[in-house]
Amino acid sequence: MTETVPSLTTFIAAKILKQPNRAITADESLISSGLIDSFSLMDLALYVEDTFGVRIEDTELNADTFDNLTQLASLIESRK
Amino acid sequence: MTTFPERLKALHSTPERIAVTLQFSNADDLPITMDQLIRGASSYAIALTKAGIQPGEVVVLILQHGEALLYAFWGAILHGAIPSIMPFLTEKLSPERYRADLSALISVTQPAAIITYPEFEAEVRSALKEGDSVRDVVVTDKVEARSEIDFDSLSGFQRKPDDIVLLQHSSGTTGLQKGVALSHQAVFNQLNAYGKTLSLNESDVIVSWLPLYHDMGLIAGFLMPILSGVHLVLMSPFDWVRAPYKLMQSVSKYRGTLSWLPNFAYNFCAQKIRDRHLEGVDLSSWRGIINCSEPVRWESHHAFYEKFKSFGLKPESLQASYAMAENVFGVTQSQLGSTPTVLELDREAFMVERVAKSPTNGHPSMKMMSSGRPLANVEVKVLDESGNEVAERVIGELALRSDCMLTGYYHRDDLTQKVFRDGWYLTGDYGFVANGEVFVSGRKKDMIIVGGKNVYPQDLESLTYEVSGVHAGRSVAFGMFDEEQGTEDVVIIAEVDSTDPAEQQKVADAIRLHVTKNSAIALRYVKVVDPKWILKTSSGKTARAANKEKFLTELQNGQN
Repeated sequence: MTETVPSLTTFIAAKILKQPNRAITADESLISSGLIDSFSLMDLALYVEDTFGVRIEDTELNADTFDNLTQLASLIESRK
Repeated sequence: MTTFPERLKALHSTPERIAVTLQFSNADDLPITMDQLIRGASSYAIALTKAGIQPGEVVVLILQHGEALLYAFWGAILHGAIPSIMPFLTEKLSPERYRADLSALISVTQPAAIITYPEFEAEVRSALKEGDSVRDVVVTDKVEARSEIDFDSLSGFQRKPDDIVLLQHSSGTTGLQKGVALSHQAVFNQLNAYGKTLSLNESDVIVSWLPLYHDMGLIAGFLMPILSGVHLVLMSPFDWVRAPYKLMQSVSKYRGTLSWLPNFAYNFCAQKIRDRHLEGVDLSSWRGIINCSEPVRWESHHAFYEKFKSFGLKPESLQASYAMAENVFGVTQSQLGSTPTVLELDREAFMVERVAKSPTNGHPSMKMMSSGRPLANVEVKVLDESGNEVAERVIGELALRSDCMLTGYYHRDDLTQKVFRDGWYLTGDYGFVANGEVFVSGRKKDMIIVGGKNVYPQDLESLTYEVSGVHAGRSVAFGMFDEEQGTEDVVIIAEVDSTDPAEQQKVADAIRLHVTKNSAIALRYVKVVDPKWILKTSSGKTARAANKEKFLTELQNGQN
């Protein structure tokens, strides 16, 4: 859990937002805020699968499943 | 000479034929016969009659993928009303902006009715004003299902081939105020010419995930199959973007033969689909996967082919087209059965002399893919800045003339007059012709095309000015091609008074949030800069191209 959030933050800031120095707080809305669009959401799901060996199904790619880093990290933990 | 209702009636001679199969992420596929389609449409036609809507009046449809949208569209047609599909509100867009966009659409288009879901009725009503054109909001659950079909009672049969049959809008505040009005005849002229080029026949199956509020989805992925008696397999764009492999599974399942995709989708499918989703998939039936609505890239075709070749994909199935709503849809199409021409060009001659010639020894080169030849009913010529026709291989503005042009921008004669010169439609796109094939190289207008969707930079800049700390006139938006994604990234640059990096970051975040929420466009780069960064022309206008150049230079130098 301790490494999950920083790893996700780095990926989102560098690859999705193209602002490597951008800080993302653990409770900041990612999807409902429009920060991550549907195309990038797919990238995030693939990154999670490759990095943590955890699958997020396509039907789960929405703000109801996770909308911030805390929620995403606990989703990953629960499936490891 | 015929009309949409007459064609539907003729198609009803084989009532049990499956016209459309709707696919859903959480339910079984739903096959709909021609008889069911016309029954469903009749229900809506009668509901519109009851609501007092007259033939020739505009009806706006605010519905998502599903049966209601299908029936409401054809119901409006059978009633003789003019349907116009508006994108549905998504979680990405702020409801306030959606309301403002809807009001803008209503003020120009003057619809008599809006059809929507009961749960969305309040939202729609909140955009209405006392005394505006909308006389009724028809909600889907109040539409009574009809068991009989009585063609004679439907007022759509009074429509003439030259009457306007539908309106198409592009997205955003600017696009919604510019409805492309098409006549029955123009659509049929397009479908006849395009259908011949494709050798479209009853054994074809068109598989599409494209939204119906966009010309590529509405014409190629909806009207053409239905009006041509070709089976359409239709899924939601929202389901596709989360599960792009479903396109391949559907093609395999239904032996799909034709699909249309914007360029980015080739990259998206090649990069994001996992092999585990392709088990047992057979793509050998796919004879045309047609790239259009944004600049076509051979690299994207190559990546797509490499990814799917072991699943039966044929290299010659990858095709290209140049299309626009103003010509109903297709302007050109590459020759099915062979791969589109790719020219290797001298980069410097292309950029500086504006000619497309083979590279001189040792000169850097670039590859450009052809969009094919003009359809049989379309003439294309290339013009220089003074409007004179130029020779083959010289880059200029593409102009076209056909028997399937728009009737006009609806209620916008001012705009219609601007885009025609001596009977030729000026596309605003740059390109050249070589051996009779059209190559599209860029745009005269500053329009950004992201994921096949046209975005007006001025809309994004206006939104940026609404962010606290940004002054009017101190922002610039433009698109920047992204090789990996195969489409343009949106860049916004804004000047603020503060030079404090933390403060600038705060404004950058606020811009990203505000613009995305109000345009449903994701921003790739948001750069907040010190005063006087943005270059202006001598008349004080923002020079988008010059600012893009400056941004790219800084990006290459690692200053971003």
